[in-house]
Amino acid sequence: MSENSEKNIIKQLENSGYEAGFVTDIEMDTFKKGLNEEVIKKLSALRNEPKEMLDFRLNAYRLWKTMKMPHWAHLDFEEPDYQDLIYYAAPKKKPKLNSLDEVDPELLKTYEKLGIPLSEQKALAGVAVDAVFDSTSVHTTMQDKLSEIGVIFCPISEAVVKYPELIQKYLGSVVPVGDNFFAALNSAVFTDGSFAYIPKGVRCPIELSTYFRINAAKTGQFERTLIVADDDSYVSYLEGCTAPRRDESQLHAAVVEIVALNNAEVKYSTVQNWYPGDKDGKGGIYNFVTKRGMCKGDNSKISWTQVETGSAITWKYPSTILMGNNSNSEFYSVAVTNNYQQADTGTKMVHIGKNTKSTIISKGISLGHSNNSYRGLVKVTKNAQNARNYSQCDSLLIGSKCGAHTFPYIECSNKTATLEHEATTSKISDEQLFYCRQRGISTENAVSLIVNGFAKDVLNKLPMEFAVEARKLLAITLEGSVG
Amino acid sequence: MLEIKDLHASVEGKEILKGINLTIKPGEVHAIMGPNGSGKSTLASVLAGNEVFDVTSGEVTLDGKNLLNLKPEERAAEGIFLAFQYPVEIPGVSINNFMKTAINEQRKYKGLDPIPAPEFLKLIKEKKEFVELDKKLDGRSVNQGFSGGEKKKLEVFQMAVLNPKIAILDETDSGLDIDALRIVASGVNKLRNPQNSFIVITHYQRLLDYITPDVVHVLYNGRIIKTGDKNLALELENTGYDELKKEADALYN
Repeated sequence: MSENSEKNIIKQLENSGYEAGFVTDIEMDTFKKGLNEEVIKKLSALRNEPKEMLDFRLNAYRLWKTMKMPHWAHLDFEEPDYQDLIYYAAPKKKPKLNSLDEVDPELLKTYEKLGIPLSEQKALAGVAVDAVFDSTSVHTTMQDKLSEIGVIFCPISEAVVKYPELIQKYLGSVVPVGDNFFAALNSAVFTDGSFAYIPKGVRCPIELSTYFRINAAKTGQFERTLIVADDDSYVSYLEGCTAPRRDESQLHAAVVEIVALNNAEVKYSTVQNWYPGDKDGKGGIYNFVTKRGMCKGDNSKISWTQVETGSAITWKYPSTILMGNNSNSEFYSVAVTNNYQQADTGTKMVHIGKNTKSTIISKGISLGHSNNSYRGLVKVTKNAQNARNYSQCDSLLIGSKCGAHTFPYIECSNKTATLEHEATTSKISDEQLFYCRQRGISTENAVSLIVNGFAKDVLNKLPMEFAVEARKLLAITLEGSVG
Repeated sequence: MLEIKDLHASVEGKEILKGINLTIKPGEVHAIMGPNGSGKSTLASVLAGNEVFDVTSGEVTLDGKNLLNLKPEERAAEGIFLAFQYPVEIPGVSINNFMKTAINEQRKYKGLDPIPAPEFLKLIKEKKEFVELDKKLDGRSVNQGFSGGEKKKLEVFQMAVLNPKIAILDETDSGLDIDALRIVASGVNKLRNPQNSFIVITHYQRLLDYITPDVVHVLYNGRIIKTGDKNLALELENTGYDELKKEADALYN
């Protein structure tokens, strides 16, 4: 790419607008900074949790204290001071969850501004939303309609109290408490998130979604999501995230667990748009997430689709354990990094059952001074007869100061496996840009068009409402205009 | 309509165009011929606004409007279209999406609302038939996996959809078999009307058997060294460029 046009494009792109960067002014109940067993007990008591839950948390906390933060990822950042964080912050007026009248109008306004109307009249057709604001869920829509068909969809804080058997059976069953440093921390202090249970034979007719919003400063968000799809059920779940524009970095350490029983199918889609920091790399969310699904039953299926545009640091590997025979998992990812963002993301597919199949399509787009890494593991265990994997990792570079890296790992202990891996790296060429511009398309829109084309295979996998949102978000991430 | 006056352009400090003068009136077809390396494709690129080239002096106006201050996309919206010699692939971008984006950006430039979907679909369908664009290319990405002939047909298709004032065909005949050549040429002929003009850049007389030019220019070493009517092309086919080159070399060196 010629130096001049490259400079122009980069200049146009580096000031991308982050529309969700506003702060909601609302009175909060907030813990003091710092983490110890007292904080955890207080948190658990506040939520009226059963003793088993408190034990779960304390056990996790004690494990966490013995662990060290992992440094194997291709990321460069300062480790957060865990005693300098606030572990609980929730809007003061605790609403009764099903009545919208009692939700603070400021909160309703916030969600409306983010394009997530919570009132039933305005709500997106065919989507139930659980709105999580800092440490707590403020409202969950369509719960009544869902309960008619036996689907449970509620904040996890509520599920801990109302459905202790399900929680005890499944929480920590896919991501053990001591799985990794951040999973242990999350298990100790998780505050809210969503719980979904789809009973046997039910095809959930609407999309379930959780919208995570970080608002309070100096606060860590530790969301926890658990989805259980019983035999012969189906659910599509969506997750969205935003945070205000702030100079200091904030920690987000989530755990998501999915269990798919016999013949069940779970589609999990994420549009992650946490505040990425400014153009000099100041501020932004540190996103350390453990997401894992278990294809526990035969013929079960889990698919992960993610569009990652936000966060200063992303450390995230949605993975699937293919336990059931003939189980199937897919991972579709688009990760865009701009300015000084760093992303180390990918997946793990662990083949255990017979005739298991996995597909990995990863599209990384790097701009500015950013670094974008794909890290993936395909593991075929000894008894996984006829396992199949297809992996494709494509990187697109825009400008000459960014980086794209691919770290594919393959561990195969069964000779009958068929594993394929393809990887490409490309740049947007001057010729492509000139071709588009000659047809009347501005540089900015040409870049957006080319990037969308590059990411098409993944974007097409998103549910429709989300695909529109994701395309818009991609365009904004690439756009030159501010706000 | 299009007025080029003493146009000089260079790339990396090397002068390629050394004073081009050309006036094109509405409804005219001008052929530009000449040996390899004479600056034909550079002229096409410079008119379209390719920033690889520096315009060092001269003027280019379209209906009195200075084009040289405009970006490529603005020139396109003003009515300049370039059918590329080597059309590039844009993976994952469907032909329809590409055309819709182009049309709407050009409309936006003119202060018009986006094209209504039914109108767009009708336009696309009509123009696809017009250039006999193969049905199997529907839903394919722009130029991806296209044969040379398909690429050139797609260029003419885009030209038909965007309906420019000035269409520049940069060696559109290169790499075409006789059937594709006929389709491309008949597309151009059908698009000809008293309001638009064409600049047809070609090495060979062959294309001009199908697209009859009003004026033929010979470009050599960055200058137009001879201008004539359609018979000039026929003459060159027999005599070659050698005599003309010698005369020009004597004149300018």
